[in-house]
Amino acid sequence: MAASPPTTPVPRLRAAAPSRALGLALALAVLVLLMGASLAIGTRSIDLSTVVHALLHGGDGDEAVIVRDLRVPRTLLGLAVGVALGLAGALMQALTRNPLADPGLLGVNAGAAAAVVFAIGVLGVGSLTGYVWFAFAGAAVASVVVYAIGAVGRGGASPVRLALAGTAVTAALTALTQALTLLDRDTFDQWRAWSVGALSGRDADTLGQVAPFLVAGVLLALALGRALNAIALGDETGRALGARIGRTRLLGALSITLLCGAATAAIGPIFFVGLTVPHVARAIAGADQRWVLAYSMLLAPILLLAADVVGRVVARPGEVQVGIVTALLGAPVFIAIVRRRRIAHL
Amino acid sequence: MSAPAPALRAPAIRAFGGRVSVRVHRRGAIACALLALAALATALAGLAFGDYPLSLGEVVNALAGRGDGSGAFIVNELRLPRVVCALAVGAGLGVAGAIFQSLTRNPLGSPDVIGFTYGSAAGAVAMIIVVGAQQSAVSAGALAAGLATAAIVYLLSYRGGGVQGYRLVLVGIGISMMLLAFINYLLTRGRIEEAQEAAVWIAGSLDGRGWEQATPLVIALAVLLPAAFLLSPRLSLLELGDDAATALGVRVERSRLTLTLVAVAITAVATATAGPIAFVALAAPQVARRLTRTPGPGLLGAAIMGAQLLQGSDLASQRLFAPDQLPVGIMTGAIGGIYLAWLLAREWRWRRA
Amino acid sequence: MSTDRLRAEGLRLAYDGRVVVDGLSVSIPDGGFTIIVGPNACGKSTLLRGLSRMLKPRAGTVYLDGAAISSQPSKQVARRLGLLPQSPVAPDAITVGDLVARGRYPHQGLLRQWSRDDERAVGEALAATGTADLADRAVDELSGGQRQRVWLAMALAQETPILLLDEPTTFLDIAHQIEVLDLCAELRERRGHTLVAVLHDLNHACRYATHLIAMRDGRIAAQGPPGEIVDAELVEEVFGLRCQVIEDPQTGTPLIIPAARTGTARLA
Repeated sequence: MAASPPTTPVPRLRAAAPSRALGLALALAVLVLLMGASLAIGTRSIDLSTVVHALLHGGDGDEAVIVRDLRVPRTLLGLAVGVALGLAGALMQALTRNPLADPGLLGVNAGAAAAVVFAIGVLGVGSLTGYVWFAFAGAAVASVVVYAIGAVGRGGASPVRLALAGTAVTAALTALTQALTLLDRDTFDQWRAWSVGALSGRDADTLGQVAPFLVAGVLLALALGRALNAIALGDETGRALGARIGRTRLLGALSITLLCGAATAAIGPIFFVGLTVPHVARAIAGADQRWVLAYSMLLAPILLLAADVVGRVVARPGEVQVGIVTALLGAPVFIAIVRRRRIAHL
Repeated sequence: MSAPAPALRAPAIRAFGGRVSVRVHRRGAIACALLALAALATALAGLAFGDYPLSLGEVVNALAGRGDGSGAFIVNELRLPRVVCALAVGAGLGVAGAIFQSLTRNPLGSPDVIGFTYGSAAGAVAMIIVVGAQQSAVSAGALAAGLATAAIVYLLSYRGGGVQGYRLVLVGIGISMMLLAFINYLLTRGRIEEAQEAAVWIAGSLDGRGWEQATPLVIALAVLLPAAFLLSPRLSLLELGDDAATALGVRVERSRLTLTLVAVAITAVATATAGPIAFVALAAPQVARRLTRTPGPGLLGAAIMGAQLLQGSDLASQRLFAPDQLPVGIMTGAIGGIYLAWLLAREWRWRRA
Repeated sequence: MSTDRLRAEGLRLAYDGRVVVDGLSVSIPDGGFTIIVGPNACGKSTLLRGLSRMLKPRAGTVYLDGAAISSQPSKQVARRLGLLPQSPVAPDAITVGDLVARGRYPHQGLLRQWSRDDERAVGEALAATGTADLADRAVDELSGGQRQRVWLAMALAQETPILLLDEPTTFLDIAHQIEVLDLCAELRERRGHTLVAVLHDLNHACRYATHLIAMRDGRIAAQGPPGEIVDAELVEEVFGLRCQVIEDPQTGTPLIIPAARTGTARLA
């Protein structure tokens, strides 16, 4: 390890607010472009004028139907899930003061998977819309259990405790999931299709089912921005600044559960986004959690939609699921960032 | 500074006129002895129970070479290698986990962090689904892929003459995510029988492990585990911080590298035998530390606890859903997870803060 | 050519490209209590770390007993040269006794893990720092001052003829600060150890040092017995502080009295 000087260096002040706002606007523009691309590209390429026409004037032609019934819900779902995962990841890392925290640490993904597999294997639920409620319930129960264990006794649910409790609960739930899938072949078959996050095969109903939870989670997350800044300085300093630590943590965990639970319930587990997008957001926006949340909200759907479009293009006429592409696309970018810069701590 | 103060309570065994002395930690020694007895009991149970239950006397006879035909065969050819694998893999994973947790000063530290686990899983899944290989080839593929992944992670995090620990972990996570995506992709693409076989391997299984797997495992660990124990004093000094360790005469960079290599090698051998049974490496040192309360990295306690955890889980996985067998990794995840959660809750309830 | 056991020639020390000390040569008088003082970021801790092989010099050499320190096995060096680092890390739940015992590592081996010598050294170290009654307590439960004394005990248990201390009196109240410095003085007088310390408090430094090194901007501004080199000009040059220097009524060493704010000085 490189030796460190005995005195702590003064951190460089980040870009001032005007250029951060500019960056945000740029990100928004890219997002809109990507949404357009998502509507136009696919097994069948449809040009933008047709897309716009179908959006504004309806119509019954093949292409208009594809746009309206398949691609619009898919794009909206990708947008919603992206926003949810980005926010959940930024929240998780801010709450735990750990840049390696992933929303999955609270057991959300494991809980959702266990509940879905339980629904398939034991209760015989067969449809995607059926899974959604189970996945959400599983995610919620898992994170409640993790939080409850972490909050036992004095001291409250500190970051270390949440991480330890989350690991224990995730292990137990994963074991349950594996047991159920390996005991029955059909369950395994359905599970392996679901367990790779995919935007295909989902329709507007799914989005409608999870939308209220997503909206609630987003609003809650954004409202916590200032409190998160105070927490980032440590529990004692935060308290001295007037932040209510326990309440912020509880509300933060609630928000993460809502966002992640809804996202996983809608399209299955996506692993990479919640972990890496906040790193990029921090690299651009600095340490102010409100800007980090804002950037995460935009960068995550950019990653997700880009991955979805690539997945549709790369394996025509089939497609590669978005959960796979985000990892394959995002990881090299992440590694490149890690190699080049000095690591952006919280 | 006249008469020495009353010596601190640190019993030691001394011999040869003081030239040889070994420090003994009383509570740790008792706890380790009890754990070892428990492991032995579970091992004997593993030899006795099964589709053809045997009595304890028959088991002992078979082990001593005195048994009759079928009993001796079942014990010595079928069950004993599996029990040996369980004990050895468990002990190895416990030690590797303890080393990683001590080096990273993180109770969640585990060999997974350098991408090794996902690398070997990806290798195995590819061998099963793409190549259609059998057990030994799968193990070999897993081993090669795991080591390649660890090497790639190390190289990618090497920058400016050194590897900063933080960068290593981040690169490890990035590569692991890619490999996980790759694994999921293969699982959705393959035929269902192969996919399920691959999923069993990923969960970690000791099914069908015979002497061809047990013997190389034991030989490798006979070299690696003593090496780890020899390095243990350096590990406990590294825990004091780089400065204090250097001041006491430890070559920090070299020791860290050697310890990491030993831990990776142990994990590699264990994974090649049984697949990635990761939770043992994470939970065994934590549980052992709470039971023995030794200062320092506690490699011995972690080894015995790991052996006990894995053998107990294997026994449960064979009998609980009989005649179906569940992969042992499922048991360790369930038992390890639940027990760790309970232990944590209990500890936090009584802690002052 | 000096015959001191610990010396350095032409040292260049840097962190990540930022050069802190360049072309510095210094010799630590054997059997003396050398104290390094200077303003923040002058390089005094850096120099100490360079001398103790924590920091590898970009240029120049540190010599221990006539040979380059980097050419000698680290464990052997650790039997002769000890360091109390500035911000040490205590592992979870370790007891005081166990932590101090780890200081014996340079004298232990595979077969010789806990000899009677080790026991005696640890006992003496605990008694000397007044931490014997804390021996069974967990280090992370102690106050800052108690913890500092425990780390000092570990350095003492190492029983090295040369001991380097990086700001050993931080976190300590005044009584314990004096106690630690008195302990160092005793080590030097009764056992002939060589001590080098970095201190913030200039008056303490003047009182205890047999050899004072004043640094500024990575260079040695002055060195020698405090009585000879410390005067108001030096303090102003090195620290930028206007002051009056008188004789300490207890020890006769220089006592620095910072100048009062304009308009508040009592008339003499």
